[in-house]
Amino acid sequence: MSEDDVIARLRSGMTIGIGGWGSRRKPMSLVRAILRSDLRDLTVVSYGGPDVGLLCAAGKIRHLVFGFVSLDSIPLEPHFQAARQRGAIGVTEYDEGMLQWALYAAACRLPFLPSRSGLGSDVLVVNPELRTVRSPYDDTELVAVPALPLDAALVHLNQADAAGNAQFLGDDLYFDELFCTAAEHAYVSCERIVPTAELEAGGLTRLRVQRWMVSGVVEAPNGAHFTSCSPDYERDEVFQAQYVAAARDPDLWARFAATYLSGDEAAYQHAVAASRAGATA
Amino acid sequence: MTGGQDASRAQPGGRQVIAGQQADLAQAGVPQARVGEVGAELKDASATRAEVCIVACAEAWRGDGEIAASPMGLIPTAGARLARATFEPDLLLSDGEARFVTGTWALGQPPPGPVEGWIPFRSIFDLAWHGSRHVMMSPAQIDRYGNANISAIGDYARPTRQLLGVRGAPGNTVNHPTSYWVPRHAPRVFVPRVDMVCGVGYDRAAIAGTVARAFLDLRRVVTNLAVLDFGGPDHGMRLVSVHPGVTVDDVVASTGFELAIDGEIPETRRPTTAELTLIREVIDPSGLCERELPG
Repeated sequence: MSEDDVIARLRSGMTIGIGGWGSRRKPMSLVRAILRSDLRDLTVVSYGGPDVGLLCAAGKIRHLVFGFVSLDSIPLEPHFQAARQRGAIGVTEYDEGMLQWALYAAACRLPFLPSRSGLGSDVLVVNPELRTVRSPYDDTELVAVPALPLDAALVHLNQADAAGNAQFLGDDLYFDELFCTAAEHAYVSCERIVPTAELEAGGLTRLRVQRWMVSGVVEAPNGAHFTSCSPDYERDEVFQAQYVAAARDPDLWARFAATYLSGDEAAYQHAVAASRAGATA
Repeated sequence: MTGGQDASRAQPGGRQVIAGQQADLAQAGVPQARVGEVGAELKDASATRAEVCIVACAEAWRGDGEIAASPMGLIPTAGARLARATFEPDLLLSDGEARFVTGTWALGQPPPGPVEGWIPFRSIFDLAWHGSRHVMMSPAQIDRYGNANISAIGDYARPTRQLLGVRGAPGNTVNHPTSYWVPRHAPRVFVPRVDMVCGVGYDRAAIAGTVARAFLDLRRVVTNLAVLDFGGPDHGMRLVSVHPGVTVDDVVASTGFELAIDGEIPETRRPTTAELTLIREVIDPSGLCERELPG
């Protein structure tokens, strides 16, 4: 599939989970395809990074379910900040572990999972729909984290076969397979599509996203750019800093968007390569 | 178990770290022949404020034993490495990504290893829920009972300043020991009431009930001016010590609520020469902490 084939299967108003963590192994080529699309009013679920920022800047998000939004090496995400400070998006803000539980409950087809995390905090105040549950065993009261089923999940891994068996080769899977199993349909982008016979050599225990979870595969070399996709590449810190500087200034952002976000994925990758060549020339 | 470390190096008492200093420094990679020399050189040199803060942060993990120390920020990170290199050898420390690594290494540098464990984010949650972790977070706001905000300043629906989000703070605080580091002690940080309770404080946990209270353990707040804990009435914040050169009045004037102050407030303990050597030669040779906290 291509990025645009995936986007053609999504609808406005859907709840879409995005894998990765902060500015790490985000399915950015799929996010960029959403930016180019006419999709709108999305509910986005993410351990957020520039995926959330870019979608906020493009006005694609109606509601965000998150535990944080950060660029890691740059703590605050400027577009997300601006969207919140304008009151432009609705939010469901969970403790990071509660978000995992919400996805896991959906993946297990349970209505909720009990959690200690959240008790006593304003997470229960700003999300008044959250309920507590009394343990039938010891009468203690816990947060009932509701299942968070996704219409679609988008994740980016290092390699996959054409059937959707996908492998992370870096140090952390993050919660990618949970996003996939919590979703009606999951779409995997990857650095390269390889023959199935080559997967085991990449490490059996790394084969955590499997074809029964996955509805489509997109080959997207450098598709996580500018986030990290270790060991294929690290975060493009120079580009990320440029993104942040641009996001804080409307004129600079217009120029950034014209340079990088006005064309298709090939045009994006070409512009990034040109910018690197310019920087090193 | 503590097999990876030399158990004889675990010092039970507070100030007895000097006895283990040769071994500590050797493990930390400081050539032993130089220790005496450097120690002598530093004997009369005074520690900087940043170094006092690093040691005060390290002290947060004293007595914790075989748990993961999760520092956020440069000075807490330096403190955690110092604690393990000296008086708390069984602590587990991550490389900030997904590995537990042994040894003592410099801020901003990759650890030389060896790696002793795989700790992806999911396992960090497991560790937190198990309780085998002591985190040091950096709040934008903190109140008298230890409620802490890292999410958003102002009206929640439309914040005047959006920050990170609650992250793991709600879960961390009700699951395992938590300390805080505040690099700029000021009334805008030490507020009567935080705008969003991310890290849970004692008053809120008491209202929430037994589960929220069961593992809540707010240990200390280290700032650029002082060390505080929650030993005041009703677990209110209490002044423990002031850093060299700081007065109690300075701390009171920089705090937006009433602190518990019991009698004479001692000075924060100064770094030993062995600690200064470790900080200056091994943990922060390029002076990153000095840049974060000049003076």
